[in-house]
Amino acid sequence: MTDETRTIKTDYLARVEGEGGMLIRLKGNEIEEVKLNIFEPPRFFEAFLRGRYFTEAPDITARICGICPVAYQTAAINSMESICGVTVEPQIKALRRLLYCGEWIESHALHIYMLHAPDFLGYPSAIEIAKDAPEVVETALRLKKIGNHIMTVVGGREIHPINVKVGGFYKAPSKAELEAMVPDLEWALETSLETVKWANTLDFPDFEMDYEFAALDAAGVYPIEGGERFVSNRGLDIPIDEFYEHVVEEHVKHANALQGHLKERGSFLVGPLARYALWYDLLSDEARGAAEGVGLPKVVKNPFKSILVRSVELVEACVEALRLIREYEQPAESSIEVKPKAGAACGASEAPRGTLCHRYEIDDEGIILDATITPPTAQNQPQIEADLRGFVGQFMDLSNEELTLRCEQAIRNYDPCISCATHFLTLEIERG
Amino acid sequence: MGPTIAVWKFSSCDGCQLTLLDCEDELLGILGRVQIAYFPEATRAEIEGPWDLSLVEGSVTTPEEAERIKEIREKSGLVVAIGACATAGGIQALRNWADVKEYASTVYAHPEYLETLATSTPHSDHIAVDLELQGCPISKVQLVDALLAVLAGRRPNVPTDAVCTECKRRQTPCVQVLGTPCLGPVTQAGCGAICPAFARGCYGCFGPKETPNTVSLAKRWSEMGASEDTLLRAFRTFNGYKPAFREESARHDG
Repeated sequence: MTDETRTIKTDYLARVEGEGGMLIRLKGNEIEEVKLNIFEPPRFFEAFLRGRYFTEAPDITARICGICPVAYQTAAINSMESICGVTVEPQIKALRRLLYCGEWIESHALHIYMLHAPDFLGYPSAIEIAKDAPEVVETALRLKKIGNHIMTVVGGREIHPINVKVGGFYKAPSKAELEAMVPDLEWALETSLETVKWANTLDFPDFEMDYEFAALDAAGVYPIEGGERFVSNRGLDIPIDEFYEHVVEEHVKHANALQGHLKERGSFLVGPLARYALWYDLLSDEARGAAEGVGLPKVVKNPFKSILVRSVELVEACVEALRLIREYEQPAESSIEVKPKAGAACGASEAPRGTLCHRYEIDDEGIILDATITPPTAQNQPQIEADLRGFVGQFMDLSNEELTLRCEQAIRNYDPCISCATHFLTLEIERG
Repeated sequence: MGPTIAVWKFSSCDGCQLTLLDCEDELLGILGRVQIAYFPEATRAEIEGPWDLSLVEGSVTTPEEAERIKEIREKSGLVVAIGACATAGGIQALRNWADVKEYASTVYAHPEYLETLATSTPHSDHIAVDLELQGCPISKVQLVDALLAVLAGRRPNVPTDAVCTECKRRQTPCVQVLGTPCLGPVTQAGCGAICPAFARGCYGCFGPKETPNTVSLAKRWSEMGASEDTLLRAFRTFNGYKPAFREESARHDG
């Protein structure tokens, strides 16, 4: 290899949500630069929220992301209820978890089969997979539809649900409405168990990273719709209200998104790999059985195997949805009245792609004075760049074309949501 | 081979283009009759323009976007704007009443890195748009109908009446009569009147209907006890820059 510069780049990364690209510049065998460019236009949600009424936050922040609106609504609600000092009854919490399972099923099925699988199978998209193996795409669509159906029954619609509010729901569904979803969910559970086996037949590059995994601690259950603490495998263990004392956001020139770092520690990873590594023991028997069945270890350090871990979480979401429906009793009141109280608090939830934290300050009239929102992709962005650096270092001998494809895949390992983070991605690799 | 379709993203949450992927029952059938020429959220593959149909999501908020939509118009047979952002400027249009420089410094440490316009505007402010599908997000039914209309060479069926008509059809008791302020009377149908069916007042995410009587509705809300601030916020959220809602919100912007 000479000292020539090699540039590996993708101007507009496909099969991610939002607009971003990648640039990697190599000089000989030295990596000069790795950049995840985020050119998604800046959106000013935190500024729009100032002066709005506190109950508007769930509906406004849902519009940050069409793929994971429930994550936004739930984090906003958790924050507002914490500020106002209210706790909703167990059945309302159960409904929130069920709604969120719907979002996990929809988002994970979409990512596993339609966004990530084409990388492994060598297709530009699921559209081409459908021409050769329509059953794969039909499976994905039916799984997606079942997740969306949960969101429609519990939340009113799949994108930007309308039924959630600070204090509960506008209307609680009847037990019969939920039970009608059981046969579909039983099919989804069986299919997600098969999905784990199918994902295990894919080829994974031999690549591992040593991650600091971080996720919410939901006090004895696998974290989905909330958690009072934010913890990691390297000793981070903080109340969620201290999130911004430990996670610092940095504005770098190549990204219209703010990058999250752990203070004095650097990059970390949120999302399926982290939740799985931290809370393996809390998974259902079915999900753990599925992981054991394909020999998946309790800690997965190969980011390309996130598709497998995401499949295990798909199993978990189906098991949980079925359990929640079985145990549901329609509450007498669908919500409790929440009176505004001056104060500030953080609220978080586990979006399909990782921990999402909101912090609001409101006055005693309920007007939002300040808002800060930290999406999972913003937290993962430095780690994605670290993965790219590690991967290119190890697989430098690949052709530019192959390396570009693999680097794009390494980004899609994270199911990045650039729209969320921009508040992210074009891929370029330069070799010199 | 079928017509070529390109799906473009401007400033948005991706929810309206996701609506296309959410047409789980219709998607493979539609894909069998069209060629997806550009749809980066779903595929790496690209077919060069010109395109028969461009679906345009998101609003125009950067100088690059203002140029790009003109190029798309030149290379597209039909341009269909999808969603509240593309047809009204969307939630991002809240900046149209604010100081964007102050906004940028609220969110970003280095606002000088950003390229952004002072306004968020619908595509119809920049080009001639052939069809607008309102909604935050758009209706799956309307999207499928619009695609079928293009394939069949017929006019699409886009309702111009109010959410009220959908409530009547699904026999939902009027929430406003029961005491919950509702934007249904001035909001375009298409969502299926879901909010009232969940015992909630419509919050106008489908934007104004044709000739909405917002003055009369605002008066009724006032009589029900709504403050001027509440009225201002109600009309100035997801479709606040659409003229009928813009004018009404201005009446309560004291």
